[in-house]
Amino acid sequence: MEIDKYLSPPSELDVAEGKRINDLFAASQQPIPDPDSWINEEIKRNVWITSADYVVDWARSRSLFPLMFGLACCAFEMIGMATSRFDIARYGMDIFRWSPRQADVMIVAGTLTWKMAPAVRRVYDQMAEPKWVIAMGQCCISGGPFRESYSVVPGINRIVPVDVYVPGCPPRPEALIYGITRLHQKIVKESIKKA
Amino acid sequence: MTTALNAEQVARKINKAFPGVVVAADKAAVVVTSESLFKVAEFLKNTPGLDFDYLGDMAGVDYTDYFEVVYRLVSVTHNHSLVLKTRCYDREKPVVPSITSLWRAAYFPERETYDLLGIIFEGHPDLKRLLLWEGFEGHPLRRDYL
Amino acid sequence: MVIKTEPFILNIGPQHPSTHGVFRMKVTLDGEVVVDVEPVIGYLHRGIEKMGENRTYTQIIPLTDRLDYLASLTNNLAYVLAVEKLADIKVPERAEYLRIIMAEAMRISSHLMAVGFFLNDLGAMMTPVLYMWREREKLLDLFEMVCGQRLTYNYMRIGGVSHDIPEEFLPALKKFVAEMPRFLDEYDQLLATNEIVLVRAKGVGVLPKKTAINIAASGPVLRASGVKWDTRKADPYSIYDRFDFDIPVGSSGDNYDRYWVRMQEMRQSVRILEQAIGQLPNGEVIADVPQLLRPPVGEAYGHIEAPKGELGFYLVSDNSIAPYRFHIHPPTLINLTALKDMAVGWKIADLIITFGSIDVVLGEIDR
Repeated sequence: MEIDKYLSPPSELDVAEGKRINDLFAASQQPIPDPDSWINEEIKRNVWITSADYVVDWARSRSLFPLMFGLACCAFEMIGMATSRFDIARYGMDIFRWSPRQADVMIVAGTLTWKMAPAVRRVYDQMAEPKWVIAMGQCCISGGPFRESYSVVPGINRIVPVDVYVPGCPPRPEALIYGITRLHQKIVKESIKKA
Repeated sequence: MTTALNAEQVARKINKAFPGVVVAADKAAVVVTSESLFKVAEFLKNTPGLDFDYLGDMAGVDYTDYFEVVYRLVSVTHNHSLVLKTRCYDREKPVVPSITSLWRAAYFPERETYDLLGIIFEGHPDLKRLLLWEGFEGHPLRRDYL
Repeated sequence: MVIKTEPFILNIGPQHPSTHGVFRMKVTLDGEVVVDVEPVIGYLHRGIEKMGENRTYTQIIPLTDRLDYLASLTNNLAYVLAVEKLADIKVPERAEYLRIIMAEAMRISSHLMAVGFFLNDLGAMMTPVLYMWREREKLLDLFEMVCGQRLTYNYMRIGGVSHDIPEEFLPALKKFVAEMPRFLDEYDQLLATNEIVLVRAKGVGVLPKKTAINIAASGPVLRASGVKWDTRKADPYSIYDRFDFDIPVGSSGDNYDRYWVRMQEMRQSVRILEQAIGQLPNGEVIADVPQLLRPPVGEAYGHIEAPKGELGFYLVSDNSIAPYRFHIHPPTLINLTALKDMAVGWKIADLIITFGSIDVVLGEIDR
């Protein structure tokens, strides 16, 4: 093209990154179903939890290591939750891990754009099983106030499967703590016993 | 108070130095042709008494017949400001000279204006997309996008 | 035997503890010394400028909150000033004073965060952040009393502010203003002559005066390099010319000076708050503005001294309910042009601190 003489030649890294983003955009037209459809299956088959399973799940839920994935404004309410006033350390989630290999739960906080989406998918794939995802804030649930924009992913459940959704713009730290306690209940599978 | 200089008086000074480049001048802004933009900007920067050493803001606007690039120049030494505009009538290949060699402040805004509006800045050291990714089709801020 | 070396390109990626958000740098290293830095941005580009063309003038105010999300009230103020300039609207006195009170309290909150995370980058893992957060929580309680929100306030309106302050706000604010200088002295005692801060921050990341003006830096970055330019004094907006305050100016433009300028600005903000509380008049808080405002054809540029620098909004109107062009001038993106000058020649650990001292917020860079 004749305008190419004005532009600097694109580097290989940038071209590869652009191709990855375009491929992910084409592949993410439908949302990934939430990973709690197994609850209905187990109720139908009447599975009971043994006490050994219960203890293991209880211990697992009380010592989750969160992965810091703060993208935008909601990140500061997440940091606020971790500081002394709202103190998430009393739930066992003391240190926010920065490496996905050492984390259990990924709290995605803030607007996700298509340019950032391959990074989220890659970090999610690097986490070891068992892993959970919390979507914090309206932008993660559905695109939020920016849904009509050309570069915003309409909800992170197009990219990763989500376990708990915490609404708000931004949600108060107390709301996020409530979301985390619901995640604890989900891990311990208390919701089966109630049903 | 930052005094906004009367653009008509500045337009007269520019006309004396480079006759025929001023397209329009009212109280608020001076409009020059896009080919002469670099000469005029250099004149405004280096003339004692004008001394515009600080580039306050730079924006591109898409009026459907033409593109307009707006520069807001400020002088820190004299505390006055001026609005300089230039127009570009070609929709397929709008080319405007780059002023990055005069004010390095224009480095990122020119890349962003190319990215979002498609205006090409000739002479920019590294003109490529800034906010969107390589491989994105189109220029979103144009009035005929989506 | 000849050892062959070659430069190594390191990607400090979008998900990283020290990048203050989703920011990516391609760093070319020769051993540990930085040879070249190229910032890559756009990971939080939400298209706010395009969205502004489809919304009415009042509907854009919540969008401006999410630009620099640590100082939302000053973003609102800059936008509202631009619209009032465009449509020639006069603001009542009480609203002006309330705006100044909110803006200066916001400045203190934003600088507390900036200084806290700068020290976090220096290596004091989260301890200064938790100290500064203690004061910031008090400020957030004050804001919640008035605006109902902790982070994105949406309090300013075209022609004034949204509603009047409740009764318990002024006594709480007076109590905060009375105790704040003591806390600032506590931070100075712990940090200003701390050996580690002095050795790692003094003389590192120098931005000379001429470069700072050519790059059009603004805010503490410009003032630390020795240029006495503050929009509150150079081009006063609202009623700043009625208050008595100083502009702290640094001398050498290194990281320590940027930190010192922010600490001094917090003290000056406390001074302005004391004066504003004393002079607050009674009256209305919003002018009589139609709900769907149609400004006359024209353009306006409204700019303020936000905590990060000079934030400006350029609006073009064509006499309809939505602006024709909505452009944001982000101070942190322009300040970022200086990163390469300041970091080349230093080690990679110094690059992290230099970047932290510019105090970026990605919401504003990427819009």
